[in-house]
Amino acid sequence: MALNLNVNGKAYSVDVEPETPLLWVIRDSIGLTGTKFGCGIAKCGACTVHIDGAAAKSCNTAASAAVGKNITTIEGLSADSKHPVQVAWTEIDVPQCGYCQSGQIMAAAALLSKNKRPTDADIDAEMSDNVCRCGTYQRIRQAIHRASELA
Amino acid sequence: MTHLDITRRNFIVSTAAAGGGMMLGFYLPSAAQAANIANNPWERPTAKDGQEVNAWLVIDPDGTVTIRVAQSEMGEGVFTSMPMLVAEELQADWKAIKAEYADANRHIKQNNIYQRMSTGGSSAVRSSRVYLQQAGASARERLKEAAAKDWGVTRDQVTAKDSVLTAGTKRGTYAEFATKASQINFDKEPAIKTPDQYTFLGTSVQRLDTPLKVNGTATFGIDVRLPGMVYAAVMSHPIPGGDSATASARKLKSFDFDAIKSRPGVISAVELKPQGDIASGVQPGVAVIADTWYRAKTALGLMPIQWEMGPDVAINSTALFERQRKALTEPGAAVARKDGDAEGMIAKAAKKVEAVYESPYQAHACMEPMNCTVSVTADRVDVYGGFQNPPGALAVVADNLGAKPENVYTHTTFLGGGFGRRSRNDEVRQAAAIAGVVKKPVKMVWTREEDFRQGKHRPMATTKLIAGIGADGMPSGLWMRSVQHSITAHSRPDAVVNGLDNGSVEGFRTNVYAIKDQYLDMHIRNSNLPVQAYRSVAVSQNIFQFESFIDEVAQAGGKDPLQLRMDLTKDLADYQLVLKTLKEKAGWSTTLPKGTGMGMAMSTAFGTICAQCATVSVTRRGVLTVDKVVAVFDTGHLVNPSIAEGQSQSAITMGLGAAWIQEITLDKGQVVQGNFDTYPIMRMNQMPVIETHFALSGGDKWGGMGEPGLPPIGAAVGNAIFYATGKRVRSMPFNHTDLSWA
Repeated sequence: MALNLNVNGKAYSVDVEPETPLLWVIRDSIGLTGTKFGCGIAKCGACTVHIDGAAAKSCNTAASAAVGKNITTIEGLSADSKHPVQVAWTEIDVPQCGYCQSGQIMAAAALLSKNKRPTDADIDAEMSDNVCRCGTYQRIRQAIHRASELA
Repeated sequence: MTHLDITRRNFIVSTAAAGGGMMLGFYLPSAAQAANIANNPWERPTAKDGQEVNAWLVIDPDGTVTIRVAQSEMGEGVFTSMPMLVAEELQADWKAIKAEYADANRHIKQNNIYQRMSTGGSSAVRSSRVYLQQAGASARERLKEAAAKDWGVTRDQVTAKDSVLTAGTKRGTYAEFATKASQINFDKEPAIKTPDQYTFLGTSVQRLDTPLKVNGTATFGIDVRLPGMVYAAVMSHPIPGGDSATASARKLKSFDFDAIKSRPGVISAVELKPQGDIASGVQPGVAVIADTWYRAKTALGLMPIQWEMGPDVAINSTALFERQRKALTEPGAAVARKDGDAEGMIAKAAKKVEAVYESPYQAHACMEPMNCTVSVTADRVDVYGGFQNPPGALAVVADNLGAKPENVYTHTTFLGGGFGRRSRNDEVRQAAAIAGVVKKPVKMVWTREEDFRQGKHRPMATTKLIAGIGADGMPSGLWMRSVQHSITAHSRPDAVVNGLDNGSVEGFRTNVYAIKDQYLDMHIRNSNLPVQAYRSVAVSQNIFQFESFIDEVAQAGGKDPLQLRMDLTKDLADYQLVLKTLKEKAGWSTTLPKGTGMGMAMSTAFGTICAQCATVSVTRRGVLTVDKVVAVFDTGHLVNPSIAEGQSQSAITMGLGAAWIQEITLDKGQVVQGNFDTYPIMRMNQMPVIETHFALSGGDKWGGMGEPGLPPIGAAVGNAIFYATGKRVRSMPFNHTDLSWA
């Protein structure tokens, strides 16, 4: 069946089963591959997107549950990689393999949108849903503080 | 060696063909266009045809210098460090440098022109440095020579800097002279710089791949999309591997495609028959093909499948550890090291210390699940994925499909983690087998569960260590017997002679301590589980065991553990510098209040010395917090300190997870752990502060950086736990041990 989704400000009509995870609709039906598949059980955060501005794991969010909402993926976070989180990530050279970083950046952007000056404890609480096998955590923390200054 | 004859490699080819001419539809925001790497790194970053000066570099008319990278980018930074090696010599404007992957197809057609295209062993810089510097120096001197001829001056009157050539009032760009430069032959290639002449190597320039990794445009294998592509989800036999006797007894008995064929998008099912060797070939299994991956995966999950289990169904980890412990007393062990008379010295020592250590299997658990995309057409095969060994992938595909290697084109993407897992190419062979049947471009993606079940995991090991302690408190005689699951015995059985696999006992065998009488032997006890090099390979399990035991030796002799290591390396200046630096930077102390402790460990691996100090706190109830890790490395030289620091943090994080919270176990011959709920990855709220220092000895030493940070962390933390609680942890993961204290 056709579902109408709003992703990065654009309307898409996709032919998928309504229970299809939003992740796979974004990646395979719409073709935005910046959002990653890591686990499929909401345990790694690689699939993090924003739904109405809040961080959500798209791998366990049914596409039908996102109808009528504003979905933002890494591709829609900014047009020019100039979102403060992206600027800070670039300045501090956070990514290594980079696979989890879309999810990390989306989680960090959601954190900063509700908490302009997060403490280390705030960052731990919010970011511990997102795993990074390369262990870039120290630079992620540093970059979130930097983004908080830039914003 | 500082000179290479590369004159014979000065040929000119059409560079546009290098990427295979595939055009893919990717989202490309404006920022990516300014990046120094194409988001599909196997494609030319610029549309313009430039002049290839040698196989490693192309100069475009607009001055862009494209440097070919023959190593795979999996986070370790080769897309930056390799171009830096060339650029140092080329004296090119770094802002105009672009990087792209070297082409494995060209590599095999042109007599291995890119020399080393397999990435592993922390060797990218060590192995490639001289010939990459030579490529840069040879190109620079040709550019100078071309300008000199044009201007009627001598080559040494021409200066090359920031991609500009000057002599007196004459001035020209690299781009202007690139074509002429490519036609120049020298009798003798120019010398490369010595480290004292570097102006660029050793600086923390930003990674070239960062812009693509902050906006989602970096293409990983899983992101590849080809016109007309279908998707495959696979399930291989739940009992992986086996040996020549047991593997053939594992079978796919039946699968009921009719039960799922009417589901939306489902196209077909493909039976996977065993192909290639047991360790890295295709396992018996089945793939479901559909128009989207989620539909394929869902249908596969619903399809009834019957397996013939075979005798390996009796295998479990408890029994495997019992078997390894039993082997500690069995005869016939292969001797790996024998210096003096360890047994005799231990027998007459004042005191004796003895312990058995255990390390379980571990998973690479790359964030990007294994995947591969293959397109078979009449005259060529195109293979896309995150390959640690692209020529190996090419060979596997050619073999599987009966294609000529020269007609197989690999397209290496960014790797969502590698750690050794993406060296085997088992997933590549499997994807080729599917594509050969489906006759359409196929993207095969494993579920996370399949990624764990079909992992080529890090070996388990059990080791007994005995040391004599002299009246002076110093060790006098060290006896070791290690029982290992040997990677070599699994993947290349012929290479194991008389039961000896020296690689599997690295760390024990290679220790540099001045203990005159040392003995090491080993038994191989493999299970059905295929194993593979994991970040830092055998030292990942062995240094935990060895360096924890050395701490027991210090304790038994009443020695400060850091001082003991200094005493045991007193004639080795580089070790002394590393340990002295660690002592200062960590504020080494053995007198912290109960419940807190500092522990240290050191190792040498991949040409690099690394010593680490961990500070931990343990509550009375036994809850462990790792507060801080100070790491000191001697790599000799550094290409990019910022990337090196990242590798330190990365290796320590991975090693800490293995030491503390992770293990792979077998039950009924099958991997028990299936996802990050049962195989947890270190999270931010568990992380210590990691401080990285470099104590560089320079000289001829160029040590690796991707792996050497991993081996010491387990022992450093384990030893710190001892000083905090009085409890000695002799098996991993530590969260299986009750750490409570009173």
